[in-house]
Amino acid sequence: MPSRGDLELIAGIVESSSRVLDIGCGDGLLLDLLAKRRGVDGRGLEISQAGVNACVARGLSVIQGDADHDLVNYPDDTFDYVILSQTIQATHRPAEVLQQMLRIGKRAIVSFPNFGHWRVRLYLMYAGRMPVTRSLPDSWHTTANIHFCTIRDFTALCEDQRWHITQALALKSDGSRAGPVGGWANMLAPQALFVLERV
Amino acid sequence: MAQEAIQQSGQKFGQEAVFEASEPLALDCGVSLHPFTIAYQTYGSLNKDRSNAVLICHALTGDQYAAAPHPITGNPGWWRFVVGPDLPVDTDRFFVICANVLGGCMGTTGPTSINPETGKAYGLSFPVITIRDMVRAQAMLIDHLNIQSLFCVIGGSMGGMQVLQWAANYPERVFSAIPIATSARHSAQNIAFHEVGRQAIMADPDWRQGNYLEDNTHPAKGLAVARMAAHITYLSEPALHNKFGRDLQDRKEITYGFDADFQIESYLRHQGSRFVDRFDANSYLYITRAMDYFDLPADHNNVLATAFRGTETRFCVVSFTSDWLFPTGDSRQIVQALNAVGSNVSFVEIESDKGHDAFLLDEPEMFTTLRGFIAAAAHRRGLQERDFQGEVSK
Repeated sequence: MPSRGDLELIAGIVESSSRVLDIGCGDGLLLDLLAKRRGVDGRGLEISQAGVNACVARGLSVIQGDADHDLVNYPDDTFDYVILSQTIQATHRPAEVLQQMLRIGKRAIVSFPNFGHWRVRLYLMYAGRMPVTRSLPDSWHTTANIHFCTIRDFTALCEDQRWHITQALALKSDGSRAGPVGGWANMLAPQALFVLERV
Repeated sequence: MAQEAIQQSGQKFGQEAVFEASEPLALDCGVSLHPFTIAYQTYGSLNKDRSNAVLICHALTGDQYAAAPHPITGNPGWWRFVVGPDLPVDTDRFFVICANVLGGCMGTTGPTSINPETGKAYGLSFPVITIRDMVRAQAMLIDHLNIQSLFCVIGGSMGGMQVLQWAANYPERVFSAIPIATSARHSAQNIAFHEVGRQAIMADPDWRQGNYLEDNTHPAKGLAVARMAAHITYLSEPALHNKFGRDLQDRKEITYGFDADFQIESYLRHQGSRFVDRFDANSYLYITRAMDYFDLPADHNNVLATAFRGTETRFCVVSFTSDWLFPTGDSRQIVQALNAVGSNVSFVEIESDKGHDAFLLDEPEMFTTLRGFIAAAAHRRGLQERDFQGEVSK
C-alpha cells in the first residue's frame, strides 16, 4: 500500500468542527483522524463489507455503498467538505462523482495518483507495460483503478466544469506535501491533492 | 459459549415477569385497552444510572424468549446467537428486556386474553392494533421499569419496524437503534402474502369466526398452511435448493400421489405442525394486520425523513443480500431518510444466501457489525468496562 501521508495533509486543511463526508473511507483511518484531531462530525461511504465493519467498530457512521450510485441520495449542502482520497481513479464516472461532491458539500478535497509522473511515463515507454509503482501498486488485470488521470487532465476537467480550484498540491510518494502544483509538478509529483469549490 | 454453559448447568437464564398496566392503553383505532398486561423476560442487571438497558423487539412469530428456552417447545431462545454473555448483546454488560408484543399469545394481552366485559376470550372482539400501539405499550413497560432512556432498541423484521417506530416517536429515549431486515412501510407484496395466510386461517372450519376457544376447536390446518406459505418467504431460493433440492423424502421414487414425496414438502409440513402448538391463529391475524398497516412515511406526509428530523439517535441499519421479503432497497430508503436529516447512520448489507431468516441464524458478519456498533455506542454513552466489573468478575 502507498503511504497515506495525504491523510495528514487533509486533516490540516479541514477546519475544526466541520461536517465531512469521506467517500471510499476504507477502514475509517481518515475519519478517525479528523474526529480526534479536528472534532469533525464525520460520515463515510465505503463499498467493502470489511471496511464498513471496521468503521462501525471504531464508532464511525459509515454507509455501505458506491460513490457512482449513492451520492445522489444526499441532500444539497449537507457537508462542509466531501473527501475523495485515492478513490477517484476507481470510479466509473469521475466527473459525475465530482459534480455530486460539489453539490452535497461546499468544498471537495480530492487526492489521486498522478499518471503523468515521470516513472509512469518511463515505465510505459521502456517496459511497454502498464506501470506498477508505489502509487499504483496493482497489475492492470487486478487493479480496481479504471480512470487514471494526470495532474494536467484533472486541472483541465476542473476548468471545463468551471470548478474553482482553491488549492492544488503536488505530493511526494508517501503522500506528504512537495509543493504547489505548477511548473514541473505533472512530471515530478507521484500524487496530487486538490481542493475545489463551486463557482 | 457461556450461555450454553449456564443452561447446561441448570442455572436459570433470564427472569420472567409480567407487567400489569395501571393506565389504559390508547390504541390507534380509537379504542382504549384496559386492563392489559405485558409478559417479558430480562437478562443481566440494570446499572446505577439505568443507562445500560437494551430493548429487543421480536418478529411476527417470535416472543419474549429471545435467549431463554421456550416454555412450550423447549427450543433454545430465538436469538441465542445474539443475546447472552459475551455475545453481541452482552448480558454481562447490558440489561436486556424482551417483551411479548401486544396482540401476542405468550402472556401479553391479545385476542386469547379474557375480555373483562364479557368474561370470555376476546377473539375477534379484540381491537385491531398497530405497530405504534405495540411500541406505546412497550414504552409503558419501560416507564414501569423506571428507565428514562434505552441504550439500544434492536430487532429484525417486524421487530425492526418497532425499532423505527421507537426512534420516530421517542427519539430522546433511544440512544441507539438497530433496525435489521426491515422496512419503513410494508410492501404490497408482503401484504399479499399476509392475506394468503389470513385467508388460510379463516377458511379453516375450525376457526369458527374466531370463536374457536369458546367452541373448543383449533384451526390448526389453516394456521399451519399460513405458516407454510410464510416460511417460504423467509427463505431464499439458493437456501432451499442447497438444503433440499428435489430430493425425495424416505423413498426412492415419486409416488404419483399427494404424499410429501419431496423433502421440502415434509419440511414445510413439519414447520406448519410445529407452529400451531405454540402460536394462536387469531394472534396471527392481528399481528400480520399490524405489519400491513405499518407505513411510517404516511404518518409524516409521505416524507420518511420527517419522522427522524432532529434525531440524535445513532442508527445501524442492516440488510441481507438474499432477503426478498424485506430487500436491501427497503433498508436503503431508511438510510436515505436518515442521511437527509444528517443523522448518525451506519448501514451494512450482509452477503448471505439464507434469505430473510438470516437475522435469526448464525451469521458471523452480522455479529461483527452488531458487536462493533454496540461497543462503539456503549463507549459514546460512557458505559465503560469498569461499570460492569462486578458482573464480569463473578
